[in-house]
Amino acid sequence: MQVPAPFEYERATSVDQAIGLLERLGSSARLVAGGHSLLPMMKLRLANFEYLIDINDLHAELGYIRLSDDEVRIGAMTRHRELLESDVLASVLPIFSDAERVIADPIVRNRGTLGGSLCQADPSEDLSAVCTTLDASCVIRGPGGAERVVTMEEFHVGPYETAVADNEILTEIRIPRKSFRTGSAYAKVERRAGDWAVVSAGAAVWLDEGRIVDARVGLAAVGPNTTGIPEISAALRGHEPGESLYELAGAIAARSCDPVTDTRGSADYKRHLADELTRRTLRKAVERARS
Amino acid sequence: MTQVFENNDLQPVGYGRMLRKEDARLLRGRGRFVDDVQLPGMLHLAILRSPFAHATIVSIDTSAAEASPGVRAVVTGETLKGLGLAWMPTLSNDVQAVLATDKVRFQGQEVAFVVAEDRYQARDALELIDVEYDVLEPVVDVRKALSPDAPVIRTDLEGKTDNHVFDWETGDEEETNRVFAAADVIVKEDIVYPRVHPAPMETCGSVADFDPVEGRLRLWSTTQAPHAHRTLYAIVAGIPEHKIQVIAPDIGGGFGNKVPIYPGYVHSIVGSIVTGRPVKWMEDRSENLISTGFARDYIMRAEIAATSEGKILAIRTNVLADHGAFNGTAAPVKYPAGFFGVFTGSYDLQAAHCKMTAVYTNKAPGGVAYACSFRITEAVYLVERIVDALAYELRMDPAELRLKNFIRPEQFPYTTKTGWVYDSGDYEPTMRLAMEMAGYDELRKEQAEKRARGELMGIGIAFFTEAVGAGPRKNMDILGLGMADGCELRVHPTGKAVVRLSVKTQGQGHETTFAQIVAEELGIPPADIDVLHGDTDNTPFGLGTYGSRSTPVSGAAAALVARKVRDKAKLIASAMLEVSVADLDWVKGSFQVKGDPGRSVTIQEIAFRAHGAGDLPDGVEGGLEAQICYNPSNLTYPHGAYICVVDIDPGTAEVKVRRFIAVDDCGTRINPMIIEGQVHGGLTDGVGMALMEMISFDEDGNCLGASLMDYLIPTALEVPDWETGFTVTPSPHHPIGAKGIGESATVGSPPAIVNAVVDALKPFGIRHADMPLTPSRVWDAMRGRATPPI
Repeated sequence: MQVPAPFEYERATSVDQAIGLLERLGSSARLVAGGHSLLPMMKLRLANFEYLIDINDLHAELGYIRLSDDEVRIGAMTRHRELLESDVLASVLPIFSDAERVIADPIVRNRGTLGGSLCQADPSEDLSAVCTTLDASCVIRGPGGAERVVTMEEFHVGPYETAVADNEILTEIRIPRKSFRTGSAYAKVERRAGDWAVVSAGAAVWLDEGRIVDARVGLAAVGPNTTGIPEISAALRGHEPGESLYELAGAIAARSCDPVTDTRGSADYKRHLADELTRRTLRKAVERARS
Repeated sequence: MTQVFENNDLQPVGYGRMLRKEDARLLRGRGRFVDDVQLPGMLHLAILRSPFAHATIVSIDTSAAEASPGVRAVVTGETLKGLGLAWMPTLSNDVQAVLATDKVRFQGQEVAFVVAEDRYQARDALELIDVEYDVLEPVVDVRKALSPDAPVIRTDLEGKTDNHVFDWETGDEEETNRVFAAADVIVKEDIVYPRVHPAPMETCGSVADFDPVEGRLRLWSTTQAPHAHRTLYAIVAGIPEHKIQVIAPDIGGGFGNKVPIYPGYVHSIVGSIVTGRPVKWMEDRSENLISTGFARDYIMRAEIAATSEGKILAIRTNVLADHGAFNGTAAPVKYPAGFFGVFTGSYDLQAAHCKMTAVYTNKAPGGVAYACSFRITEAVYLVERIVDALAYELRMDPAELRLKNFIRPEQFPYTTKTGWVYDSGDYEPTMRLAMEMAGYDELRKEQAEKRARGELMGIGIAFFTEAVGAGPRKNMDILGLGMADGCELRVHPTGKAVVRLSVKTQGQGHETTFAQIVAEELGIPPADIDVLHGDTDNTPFGLGTYGSRSTPVSGAAAALVARKVRDKAKLIASAMLEVSVADLDWVKGSFQVKGDPGRSVTIQEIAFRAHGAGDLPDGVEGGLEAQICYNPSNLTYPHGAYICVVDIDPGTAEVKVRRFIAVDDCGTRINPMIIEGQVHGGLTDGVGMALMEMISFDEDGNCLGASLMDYLIPTALEVPDWETGFTVTPSPHHPIGAKGIGESATVGSPPAIVNAVVDALKPFGIRHADMPLTPSRVWDAMRGRATPPI
């Protein structure tokens, strides 16, 4: 059994109380939600914190999926399993259930949260790629109830680094809805069920009278951060979807990403997957938008 | 799947399907594993390990750790040196550091240990030990280990000037070369079997309790071979053997990982002696993966010679074996390459030859583990891969090529060109059954259609012959201990029985299988027979469970000891029935008077009489018990035919194992359900090795497989519904005709899967690709860039 270094532990009773604790304890404290990334790192002593603030009791406050005409709001404590099983989400954003089906395993999905996944900011993390694909924004709350809203690009500062300061909490993800036919999809290549992605890709398209009004692609595991590729969006807008367009998008994805060779695969292979999975997810997203 | 359970209610008195007796305990969480052992005053031990693959130890400062809360002892190599315990023998007549003194030789090597009041304090104190290292160049690339400018790893060995461990040779080189020179076709392939790890669910650990007054050591330990370990502790630690009790309680998987003696076990003993209190050591997952017995790591050049009609003539091979920093291979002493000599496979050859060189590298020691039957995994992979390569070159169907070359049934017992005497076999029916179950011809048709559409489907075949049940003691010993096994059977007055084994289950179901063997011989229901094993104080001496040897060796002992009891029971029955022994017939469970079945006595009645009032016949002692030590006259040679069907996504190169048909012949089948369970597990192992598992190292010698996030083992989602079948060719020399089954599937499945993947890639002109066939490596192969993994 791997055992962590000594730490103090407190359960937060409200978001503002948690922020108060963070304010007081600074960088020596860390929030724990699902704990499926943090606790293994602590057991391996790759991460050592003096204080853990457990925010699982905040699930009532921060665990929700709310749909309105112009956006979807998802609370940061919403668990993977809730994202996977939400019919509402599946009907408007099927990319979530595509992704959740291939994230880790049921044990992790029962505890792990959307906010925790994003804050871990692992370059291979699937929900970050999903949120990037969907042009999500992140609501960050700080002392005194001050809230700020950042884009995914702003949120991810670097690998394992986010815009959330030591005295702040990510509380909500907001995903804009547009009044067009829309479809989204996610695909992942992994060496084994439950593994981190070798490469994964998400795609979302918005169609009007058969033409692409907007399209977005988000990739994971091919660079220091999950990557949105504006060049793809620009290349697709205004065109009628089809194989040659997907091919073009795939080619852009392959040349825009920056993978490295590791035990999951060679850089060349990952670049190829960026292409292949971009094409596959766009094809699927368009299929869904049309149906 | 329903078929598996349909006969369970029958509770056979002997062989047949029945639920495992141990499962009531194990499935309800009532098992008792080493980490469940709690003793009053027990301390906890944690090991400081080397972060470097190769470095001189300049100094170690333990003062801060000694002052840390709860710490009761900090021990370094220097401390052990003073006690003469810094080095210990390995199972291959090498030595291994118990704690490093001069330098560290692999990442994860034991440098010091802390004993503290709890596990947290012990672990925390490790951070306070200050070790100064002088980092040396490591030997990581096995191909460069013998180059003249390679740093010498084993400077501890007197006069050692290189990294050479041994050379080994088998077969007739001259004759083989002659046959090769005359052959129509020669196919050559470089084949790597990468380093993998058994990764049992339960990691290794021990609880040592040394009583200074009695001078007695009790050691609970994760061992597959408690008796052998006890003898070695007596030799190494100088504690008299009768004062040592080794207890292997429930074991959570072994696969060979728990055959060696690890430094951690010795640490716990030293820790207990030093502190005067019981000491528990339980390694964590990373420690298990980086420091305990790995498996494989063979680089093999295989060559096969044949006629243009597909008659296989000869096989030769050259092997470079990576043994890590210490030669810790667990194999019979006269077999430094284990049983690799069976690389001639299931085929009738004219000649064969193998030359092997083993070298040291700065990697963890080990070499025989992971259900390999002493290197038969490597041997079978070699022959089944090269036979497929030959089929490719001859444009022959791989099934047809195999059928054409099998050793024929009338040739048994068959002596191979490397000197192994296969006891029995009838290969063609096994192969035909597998092909029939698979619908082989239909599959080939489907494949042709799919190929025409650009889809990638592959069909892979492997046919294996194993050599298990070490061994005849005249040839086989481990550090001088003959590989025979004892068995004791005692029938209580009421007809219940206890059988004591020298082997030890790690989950294989011994408590059921051995009860069934005795039940078959004595007619006592298995439920009435307790199987004791794992505790050296109440079981007979023997060499333990590995290499699929339990049923071939101990299973024979159990049958023979039961027959001994039955012979004695017959004498008592003749007195009870007042007839001569010659007039009695044994009908399972009772003796009947010939021609008068109404007059009979049951084994239970005889047992009571054996312990009861009144005289017994002249020369017959009271009680109903016997003991035996069984020395097998030969190994047993199970065989099997495996067919694997894979689909490969041409866009992502992901491999999906669609079907897997496994037909095994392990001779007499004792509990078919347990056999199928063993096969299912081994096949899953095979999927792991073929598609994802590998312990790799970076150029500095850092282990890249140090967690189960990095070292992947397969899950239920990677495997198909296994389709199993069987044929029965009994072993002629085994008392009940049984052969081993534990490792057959691990041995046979990797070549079947790799052959299927390579077959799927045929349109790309691929004749060979090495494991692990991860999507990235398959994609490389599709681009004509198949490279070895090391």
